[in-house]
Amino acid sequence: MVFHLDKCIGCHTCSIACKNIWTDRKGAEYMWWNNVETKPGTGYPTKWEDQDIYKGGWEKKGKSVDLIGAGKLKGISRIFHNPNLPVMDNYYEPWTYKYSYLFDAPEGDDQPVARTISLVTGEPIDVKAGPNWDDDLSGSIDYARQDKNMETLTEAEKQTMFQLERMVMFYLPRICNHCLNPACVASCPSGAIYKRGEDGIVLINQERCRAWRMCVTACPYKKSYYNWNTGKSEKCILCFPRVETGQAPACMHTCVGRIRYLGVMLYDADRIEEVASCDTSDLVERQMGIYLDPFDPAVIAAAKKNGIADSTIESAQASPVYKFVKNWGIALPLHPEFRTIPNLFYVPPLLPTMASASGDVYDSTTDSLWGKAEDTRLPLKYLASLFTAGDTEKIKEVLRKLQAVRLHRRDVTVGDLDKKEAEEAMKSSNIDGETADAIFRLTSLVKFEERFVIPAAHREEAIEMIENTGDVKGDTGFGFLNEPKRGL
Amino acid sequence: MSNFFFIGLPYASIVIMLIGTIYRYRSTEFEYSSLSSQFLESKTLYKGVRPFHWGIIFLFFAHLIGFLFPRTVLAWNGDVLRLLIIEIGAFGFGLLTLWGLIILIIRRLRSRRTQIVTSKMDVVVYIILLVEVVTGLLSAYLYRWGSSWFASAMTPYLKSLFLFSPDTAALQAMPLLVQIHVVSAFSMFALIPFTRFVHFLVYPIWYFFRGYQRVVWNWDRNQIRNSDKMNFGKPPENN
Ligand code: SF4
Ligand code: SF4
Repeated sequence: MVFHLDKCIGCHTCSIACKNIWTDRKGAEYMWWNNVETKPGTGYPTKWEDQDIYKGGWEKKGKSVDLIGAGKLKGISRIFHNPNLPVMDNYYEPWTYKYSYLFDAPEGDDQPVARTISLVTGEPIDVKAGPNWDDDLSGSIDYARQDKNMETLTEAEKQTMFQLERMVMFYLPRICNHCLNPACVASCPSGAIYKRGEDGIVLINQERCRAWRMCVTACPYKKSYYNWNTGKSEKCILCFPRVETGQAPACMHTCVGRIRYLGVMLYDADRIEEVASCDTSDLVERQMGIYLDPFDPAVIAAAKKNGIADSTIESAQASPVYKFVKNWGIALPLHPEFRTIPNLFYVPPLLPTMASASGDVYDSTTDSLWGKAEDTRLPLKYLASLFTAGDTEKIKEVLRKLQAVRLHRRDVTVGDLDKKEAEEAMKSSNIDGETADAIFRLTSLVKFEERFVIPAAHREEAIEMIENTGDVKGDTGFGFLNEPKRGL
Repeated sequence: MSNFFFIGLPYASIVIMLIGTIYRYRSTEFEYSSLSSQFLESKTLYKGVRPFHWGIIFLFFAHLIGFLFPRTVLAWNGDVLRLLIIEIGAFGFGLLTLWGLIILIIRRLRSRRTQIVTSKMDVVVYIILLVEVVTGLLSAYLYRWGSSWFASAMTPYLKSLFLFSPDTAALQAMPLLVQIHVVSAFSMFALIPFTRFVHFLVYPIWYFFRGYQRVVWNWDRNQIRNSDKMNFGKPPENN
């Protein structure tokens, strides 16, 4: 999966699409399997990135990794009460309005209003938080300044970020990353959570879940939620019924900004442990190394040997994700330092300076079209804390590429630039005109079929894993609830 | 009457428990859950739930040891100091359980959010647990050296039940308090399939023995094409 942050308009259509299909139920009202947060900000649940509070994810232990706040001994010893479990107030108490009062209110001098009532207790409540409560409030004391990623900045850097004329924000849509080294799977004592071999979707078996709640703590992205009504944990299922039938997940299908891409990535599962436990500074690089080239004959042969369908290999070759992540290297994982090897990549937002402020003078005429990529209005350190575990060079490299593409396109379509400027930008970021055009094309022009390349799920054959189809031929269909068995 | 309570009820309870839990597991496994309410209220839960569980787990195993190794227990109790250690220890765990239970009950009553997720059967669970713990503590306090008389008098009764030749004489001679304790304990067994008690049956022991990650293939091309694995009339062994 790739989300192109430059294109997200923060409309929340994705969240609503998901909510309407999957979480519009009692006990799940507060869940947003897909949510969109404003950055800088504290997000949902509040401060989810702060593992000092929630103890999610993995930590390096010798040659391997171990769960921070869950796991065999730690998890089981905390099974009765899990001290790092976020509670409802860390998310928000879901509410509705008492509309009937608008009709039933006794006659009076004032217009009646529909009060907010809690969807949990049914009693009137004062709403203090919501899933996107800090929408567009970057710079605010309550939200942006509490952002965990701000900790890497110096006081001066923070102050400049909050100055009105420099104030900056962007949207960060989040779903479950369907990680390669999922902390939720590892933390589940009942073994209810598993990753599907054929498409990598991470699911919770609702029958098997026993409400030990360890996945909620263990997932560093807080994308596993506890349903307080059914006593089962639930999470994003990547709309597997849709994906199995070749349709894009609802959030991606509806995305107004068309920021989302879905495609197959082949990877070497034997290297997961080694990658997850490497040094923090190598995490991104090593993760990129785990994804295999779908055109490499050796990879194709190995994939076939392991039972990967030809249709899947073909999809991997046409994967838009592979292009963004591997060919062009402009999409990065969110918080790689959590070590779950997330499979959702973000093209970081390019927020170039288009003006400068010196003292009280606000000057919107820069010499060139934009300032340098590294002078982005979001401090590089901030972006690095989100996408590269603190490596500013890596972020700079990506931003330079993104800017080079834009300069190149400006040159092609408008032609008001100094040709040299565009060429230099391309040269210094190591891309040629063809690549730049390809990036531009996939970013802005392509339609459904190229944004979502989903292989057939072969459900017609999957049944053979469970029963011999020959045995039941002629037995199934309408009419009988039980199989027609010979009487005794 | 005593035959009903001391013979009929125990057998009925065990049968109900066995059939009920197995049936419920097979038909509605979804309902097997600890139904944690920590998500709705965490602070008071912390104070109550740990003492309660550690206490009751200790007491359960203490009873089990008294039942399985009565002679060892009696031999251990031959020394006054050792007797005191075991009695005070067990009583302490009993108090711990009671303390936890009371906090949990108060929590259920006080928090509006937890009231919402409290079912009728939860009320039954709390009442029977309270009866069980209070009668247990009182009999331990009033009729001294319970570890010894449990091993010498109660164990034979329980054993006789297990051997299908019930002998209730010892229990009939016991004070009413102890009899209530026994009867409510057996009723608790009968309640297991109908309440949240089932969660202790699915305690995740296997977690210790599995690797961390789990991958499941619903469709494995090689396996499906493998005709050696065909197994007519039965589900294939592929999966
Ligand atoms: S992001 Fe998804 S797959 Fe990764 S640990 Fe969290 S819930 Fe599991
Ligand atoms: S629908 Fe697309 S553009 Fe709108 S908020 Fe979601 S990700 Fe962003």
